[in-house]
Amino acid sequence: MEAASFNEVDLQEQTLEVDRTDRRVELLLGALASTILLLIAGMIIFVFVKALPSFTHNGLAWFGSGGSVDDQLMNIFNSPAEPENYVYHLRAWPLLYATILITGVAVLISVVFSVLSGIFIVEFAPERLRKTIEPVVKLLAAVPSVIYGLIGILVVVPFVAEHLISEGRKESVAYVIQLDGTSILVGVFILTIMICPIMIAIIVDALRAVPDKWVEGAAALGVNRWRAMRTVSLRAIRPAIVAALVLATARALGEAIMLSMVAGSVGFAPNPLDGFTFFLEPARPLASTIVDNAEGLSVAPFGQTMYAFAAILLISSAFLSFAGWAARKSFSRYTLGAR
Amino acid sequence: MELTEDHPQDGSAPAAVVPPLRRIVVESETVPIRVGDYAGPPDPNYGRDPWQVGTGTEGEPVWVEERMRTEDLSIAYGDNRAVKDVSIEVNSGEVLALIGPSGCGKTTLLRSLNRLVELTPAAKRTGRIILDNQSVDDFDVTQLRSRVGMLFQQPNPFPMSIFDNVAYGLRERGSKKPRRKILEPVVVDALERAGLWDEVSSNLNHPALALSGGQQQRLCIARSLAVSPEVLLLDEPCSALDPISTSIIEETIVELKSEVAIVIVTHNLQQAARIADRVAFMYLGDLVEQGAAGQVFGAPREERTQDYVGGGFG
Amino acid sequence: MSIEVRTAAPGPRPSLVKDPTDPRPTPKPSAAAAAGISHDTGWSIGDKAGLIAAWVCGISLCVIAASIVLFMAWKGIQFLHLDMLTTSPQASLDQSANGGFLDPLVGTLLLTAIGIAFAVPTGVAIAVWLTEYGRPAGLARLVESGVEIVAGTPSIVLAIFGLLVFQQSFMGIFSFTAEGGAVFGRSFLTAGAMMALIALPLVIGSTREALNTIPRHVREASYALGKDKASTIRRVLLPSARNGIATGATLGMGRICGDTAIVVILLGASMQTTPESGFFGLFRGTGSTLTSYVYNNSPAGEGNAPDKAYAAAFVLLMIVILLNFVVSLIGKRKAPQWN
Ligand SMILES: Nc1ncnc2c1ncn2[C@@H]1O[C@H](COP(=O)(O)OP(=O)(O)OP(=O)(O)O)[C@@H](O)[C@H]1O
Ligand SMILES: [Mg+2]
Repeated sequence: MEAASFNEVDLQEQTLEVDRTDRRVELLLGALASTILLLIAGMIIFVFVKALPSFTHNGLAWFGSGGSVDDQLMNIFNSPAEPENYVYHLRAWPLLYATILITGVAVLISVVFSVLSGIFIVEFAPERLRKTIEPVVKLLAAVPSVIYGLIGILVVVPFVAEHLISEGRKESVAYVIQLDGTSILVGVFILTIMICPIMIAIIVDALRAVPDKWVEGAAALGVNRWRAMRTVSLRAIRPAIVAALVLATARALGEAIMLSMVAGSVGFAPNPLDGFTFFLEPARPLASTIVDNAEGLSVAPFGQTMYAFAAILLISSAFLSFAGWAARKSFSRYTLGAR
Repeated sequence: MELTEDHPQDGSAPAAVVPPLRRIVVESETVPIRVGDYAGPPDPNYGRDPWQVGTGTEGEPVWVEERMRTEDLSIAYGDNRAVKDVSIEVNSGEVLALIGPSGCGKTTLLRSLNRLVELTPAAKRTGRIILDNQSVDDFDVTQLRSRVGMLFQQPNPFPMSIFDNVAYGLRERGSKKPRRKILEPVVVDALERAGLWDEVSSNLNHPALALSGGQQQRLCIARSLAVSPEVLLLDEPCSALDPISTSIIEETIVELKSEVAIVIVTHNLQQAARIADRVAFMYLGDLVEQGAAGQVFGAPREERTQDYVGGGFG
Repeated sequence: MSIEVRTAAPGPRPSLVKDPTDPRPTPKPSAAAAAGISHDTGWSIGDKAGLIAAWVCGISLCVIAASIVLFMAWKGIQFLHLDMLTTSPQASLDQSANGGFLDPLVGTLLLTAIGIAFAVPTGVAIAVWLTEYGRPAGLARLVESGVEIVAGTPSIVLAIFGLLVFQQSFMGIFSFTAEGGAVFGRSFLTAGAMMALIALPLVIGSTREALNTIPRHVREASYALGKDKASTIRRVLLPSARNGIATGATLGMGRICGDTAIVVILLGASMQTTPESGFFGLFRGTGSTLTSYVYNNSPAGEGNAPDKAYAAAFVLLMIVILLNFVVSLIGKRKAPQWN
């Protein structure tokens, strides 16, 4: 405000002219940003409007279990052409369960593994090894998921089918499901391998950015290397760990192609009571379900069901980034942006 | 002041605590040099036993005992020799001041005493460093650093609360973490000795990085004092401080010197004259001259020393 | 030069047991010792366990990373023949007769180019608006959160949203309109537009980062020379931020190359590039990319030609390596120094 009044005092024609072009540029850029914002808002609204019938017809039971989800999807796909006869009956729990299970386990394993590996790379790895592994990790973080899927389906799945699935094990669950190697075990394994590099790359960069003076300050107090790492560096990079976690979880939630290749692509809820066989049972998360059924999108009720899955994914990822934001905010109390 | 609250008092900021005015040091052009109360280096025949070097303000004897020494210590960063064949002792009971122009290797010498220089990959060391008649290489490095504390040129509080900063060394050095109740008196004592207690007593849970530069430096002093080091290396501890804080720190240093061997790097010759008993002058990595403060400032033997200290003492 | 350095004769250290005749005052115990705080400085069990865990994770990371890289290299060398890069895919179940992957390769390049051509100008404009103007603050926060939501949205959701949008009848110009007036919605343009949304957060992120590192005084110096804000942005800020923009663009290209879901849903199912008639025929036509080719030729797809899938995956990997290399080159390029 003071600046404005100061400007008024020694205004000149030229500054007026300058201000006008400036204003135009600002408006132009702002309009562009608003357009993108509208597009995003439009996306959210579109998807939800499209998804609504599936939710309203099923109510909260949509999230529950009951019957074979694949049969239900088939019925929806084959529903009569008249809108009043559309079939919407769906109990999506197996798909939700698969999403939560595969994503959750992979992310949990990855976060521990990535933090430890990041510490190893920054603090303990010999110089030569560090110089090789770092670019390789950055590369692996950028490798398309379909390549991981390819390795999974051509290498890991046959291995599992051959070495971990005996005839007896197959028969023990043959009345509900066929075991062919594609399984949540392979899904989680490949997903972990896929998201670890993403997290490690972020964690390594963050660890490297921790000011030396903090580490030296801890060392000068007679604190050993590991403790200094854990209590100063790791503490300081908690926001980065959360950011990595959010990014990796978003990737895992949205991973469609790779999981549809290696996790079995069957709408089945693996039963933990089956013991180790549990890990060898197939499943199909939401994102894979959409991709597998892309052909059916033009069938109205079926398409609406797919958009319902998309809506769930959208809500989860929005909630995820909000949770990440809140967590980072709570960590910044002592950091005060000093990095 | 209450100490135990775990919640910040953001909302209810207490009325600004006015720190007690202890002593204002007026920087005069010429500083009286304390000549005579330092008897100089010990009689070589006396061996390494403690020796009396003078009397304190109340007539009590002042004792000096060697804690550390370097023997032909050289440190090189790559090809750049930052410290060249330096042999010097660090004694408890006296304050050793390292003076010298910028870049002459004071910080490097200091960092080598607690082997912190090893964190710089390019640094190479030759020569020996002895702590209590044992080479520092024979110590577990954490053991060594817990006995030889250090304060850095730039204040470097951790991104934690004030309390956690001071308690950090106590918590993380041992295998089991002491509880806050046990830590409290030690933290308070350290903060008091660093002259910071009055300013932070009501907000121990506030972030340390929100303190001013001078307060941060005193917090770092408190952090080092909390773990009761036997040797304390101070790298320009007062360069960011106002005269009042400076005098608090100086008082602390003088109080500590009977128990802790203190080395202080300073560009402020008057400060060196005020608190140091022994002064070492370094130039381009060489230890040019060392001796009693009165001798180095009053009657330097070397021309380079004369040139350097001459300006400050007319 | 005579440096007088006193070298005291070495002698045994005096006993630590206090000599009763020693006139010195007994030092008072330290506050910490008085409070009973232990001073052992060794490594606790937890520290050692952490250290070992870090080494185990680090080494297994190296092993896994090396095996993935070596495996893909081996498969690439084994199956890739140069003529695959120059022949179009043919529909055949025989791996020796189903051609190469010229079309997917071109498709990948074309789609990346389209996506990045949309994403870079938009992303830079939004980043500039956010960092240099950002008024009204509420709108800026909204745009920021919107971009973050897009970054977290699974590409499969973007893909089916794109289909929803581009199948509207007024969007017919972007793809192909069937006899009855139904819009197909699938083309290079529509897929590229959605790909742009994937790349957008990356471009915005690294451009903002670059703009934020330019200190305030550089801007002020430019204003002092009489330049207005718009020309300061154009002449001073954007050139200084070009490394950041280039990094964002390259990262975005990596993401676009590697995405499968959008391609599978928005680029049509044909492996050959099928242009539409007319001026922008190629852009309005359908085709495939390396990712969809790999997917299609994996056991999970229709083609099932694993050798071709490996070869195409290897080529895709080479592209990703190249992009990664470009990113690191840009990173090493001398950034402007501000003093
Ligand atoms: N980490 C490092 N890597 C390489 N060279 C270094 C490093 N630290 C210091 N040096 C070099 O060592 C020499 C001595 O530096 P040092 O920091 O010890 O000087 P100083 O006496 O503390 O100076 P000041 O009074 O400015 O703090 C300088 O020439 C400096 O360039
Ligand atoms: Mg220094």
